[in-house]
Amino acid sequence: MTRLRSAALVGNPNAGKSALFNALTGARQKIANYPGVTVERKSGRLVLPSGEPVELTDLPGSYGLHPTSPDEAVTAKVILGQFPGEAAPEVLVVVLDASNLEQHLVFAQEVIALGRPTVVALNMVDLAERDGLVLDPQALERALGVPVIPTVAVRRRGLDELAAAIASAEARAAAPHPDHPRPHIDLTERRLSAHAIAEAAIVSETRRHRLHAKLDRLLLHPWIGPVILFALLFVVFQAVFAGATPFADALDGGVSWLGDQVRAAMPPSLARDLMTDGIISGVGSVVVFLPQIVILFFFILAMEASGYMARAAFLMDRMMAGVGLSGRSFIPLLSSFACAIPGIMATRSITDPRDRLTTILIAPMMTCSARLPVYAVIIAAFIPNRTVGLGVGLQGLVLLALYVAGIVGAMVVALVLRRSVTKGAASGFIMELPKYQMPRLKDMAIGLWQRAWIFLRRAGTIIFTVTVVLWLLLNFPRAHEGQNQVDASLAGHIANGLAVVVEPIGFNRDMALSLIPAMAAREVAVSSLATTYAVAAADDAAGSQQLGDRLRAKWTLPMALAFLAWFVFAPQCMSTIAVTRRETNGWKWPAFMLGYLFALAYIAAGVTYWSAVALGL
Amino acid sequence: MTLDQLPIGKRARIVRVDWDRLVDEEAQRLRALGLDSGARVAVAHRGVFAGADPLAVIVGRMTVALRRVHAAAMVVDPVPEHEGERVA
Repeated sequence: MTRLRSAALVGNPNAGKSALFNALTGARQKIANYPGVTVERKSGRLVLPSGEPVELTDLPGSYGLHPTSPDEAVTAKVILGQFPGEAAPEVLVVVLDASNLEQHLVFAQEVIALGRPTVVALNMVDLAERDGLVLDPQALERALGVPVIPTVAVRRRGLDELAAAIASAEARAAAPHPDHPRPHIDLTERRLSAHAIAEAAIVSETRRHRLHAKLDRLLLHPWIGPVILFALLFVVFQAVFAGATPFADALDGGVSWLGDQVRAAMPPSLARDLMTDGIISGVGSVVVFLPQIVILFFFILAMEASGYMARAAFLMDRMMAGVGLSGRSFIPLLSSFACAIPGIMATRSITDPRDRLTTILIAPMMTCSARLPVYAVIIAAFIPNRTVGLGVGLQGLVLLALYVAGIVGAMVVALVLRRSVTKGAASGFIMELPKYQMPRLKDMAIGLWQRAWIFLRRAGTIIFTVTVVLWLLLNFPRAHEGQNQVDASLAGHIANGLAVVVEPIGFNRDMALSLIPAMAAREVAVSSLATTYAVAAADDAAGSQQLGDRLRAKWTLPMALAFLAWFVFAPQCMSTIAVTRRETNGWKWPAFMLGYLFALAYIAAGVTYWSAVALGL
Repeated sequence: MTLDQLPIGKRARIVRVDWDRLVDEEAQRLRALGLDSGARVAVAHRGVFAGADPLAVIVGRMTVALRRVHAAAMVVDPVPEHEGERVA
């Protein structure tokens, strides 16, 4: 007998597959994309009772072998051994939700009928018991003709038995079960037989008032539901902004400390400057977003694991449908107000590929936290600090207008994209509202670590490269005696060219120059302007006040407003571009995103500038 | 009567589905979730904003969210109160 090498978990969404996968493989998992598609491939090591390891993959949740989404297409192809470069798993582990047998058995029968070595994990039997359901695994085993192991992934119940069944599954499959020779029965027949099998496996059932029905009455209530949703979102944003600050400050401090250490350890040279001003501060300026991303994902994962995410989508679907999207786009777009990176990463929960792409493309228009430093400096410098009546401050009103401009812009773009680039019949909004569950700390920790790692790996590769390129642009060729390095640099020359392009929208050369390093991250525009206007201040507050004075001396109000309008739309964030490349699997869509957002930014800034000039501001 | 017209909490059986009114992917997904001729259903919740869209429909032991356009393609026959067990 040859050694068993691979096994895969298959099953409907919400069967508890991921929790079972985490319990079977532990925290050491490999995450990548399946080649050519943006479907996540999760694999890990399962140790069999004999001590031998097998590669266990967690296939995307699926309702059948006839796919209706890219996720389901991958699952079907991998199971059937049709996915290029991916060997069919030797043993299939069908994961069933014990409390929803009738539904889950439909797909299970389709998989078992393939005649491959198969084991069934009757998962979440504890929740079934909570619902007053007593099952007979032996009856199920007889009906299905394959081993059935009751499991409770989160309590590690049945895991050893499951591993043993996987180990001996291959031998079993050699002799197909005599009672099940029917490989090709259609969906209706499978559903009827699923019903019969489920009925036979249920020993007793006491109808209890189920917890989730009660919760739904509250959380999906026509007006209490949205109030709870927005209250929850308020807490999330509070936590993201307030909770992340100390960690971001600490990271920032760590980055400066590292820079200082390197500066002290190395003799003055270009190489040292590349290390400190280029790599450390460049990559550092992106890494400081990590706390925000982790906190935001903590809430997103908790909402997903508890089952609340589907309810939020339900509540917001009608509104999103207005711009051609579905409720599933709501949370990713909302997350983008903190940072577009986790927002774009969260679009994986959108099943429809066109909806998903549209959501990714408009996510950068949600005003993220990195724009705030730019807005704050410009608004403080140019917008008078007075009220417009009723205690409403003019500065706050301008800030609100910038947020609204981004949202309206995103909605209009979504409408246009859905009718052009991402045209096609939407798959609408059809989703299961899963049972409520308590999120498990361990599963959350694994999920958080995976998200953080994806982000950091980006910081280590693409963002690192772009940072070095930017530094080289700003530092070569070297300045002569008495000449400003920035003016002498390639970036300075690019700024001269750029100045011609952005002159019609009211930008001067200094503004054009600040846009180049701001490609790393928007808030770098502020420090870049400070450098250009030679502002050196001991602390931030005094610095931005001083910078404000300089700006007022050099810029007019229409110029400042145009600069603000530019930043509402301009895709000046290489991390967003990098994550878009990863999530869309190529450079086509990030390039499209860059193009249309720069065009929008140009138009918005131009319209703002000339309107303001016409109004005599 | 079609499913979108069914009052909340009232049980019904799907007698016919006009699949031609739906996109293939939608039809397939609805069937995969058990929304097919013969299924016993009940509307549990309706959406918040204009048009009471989407709907949360109980089918078997699941709650499935779908839009009114999908529900409008499903002809249902209300089940008398005394017949069978309560669904919702």
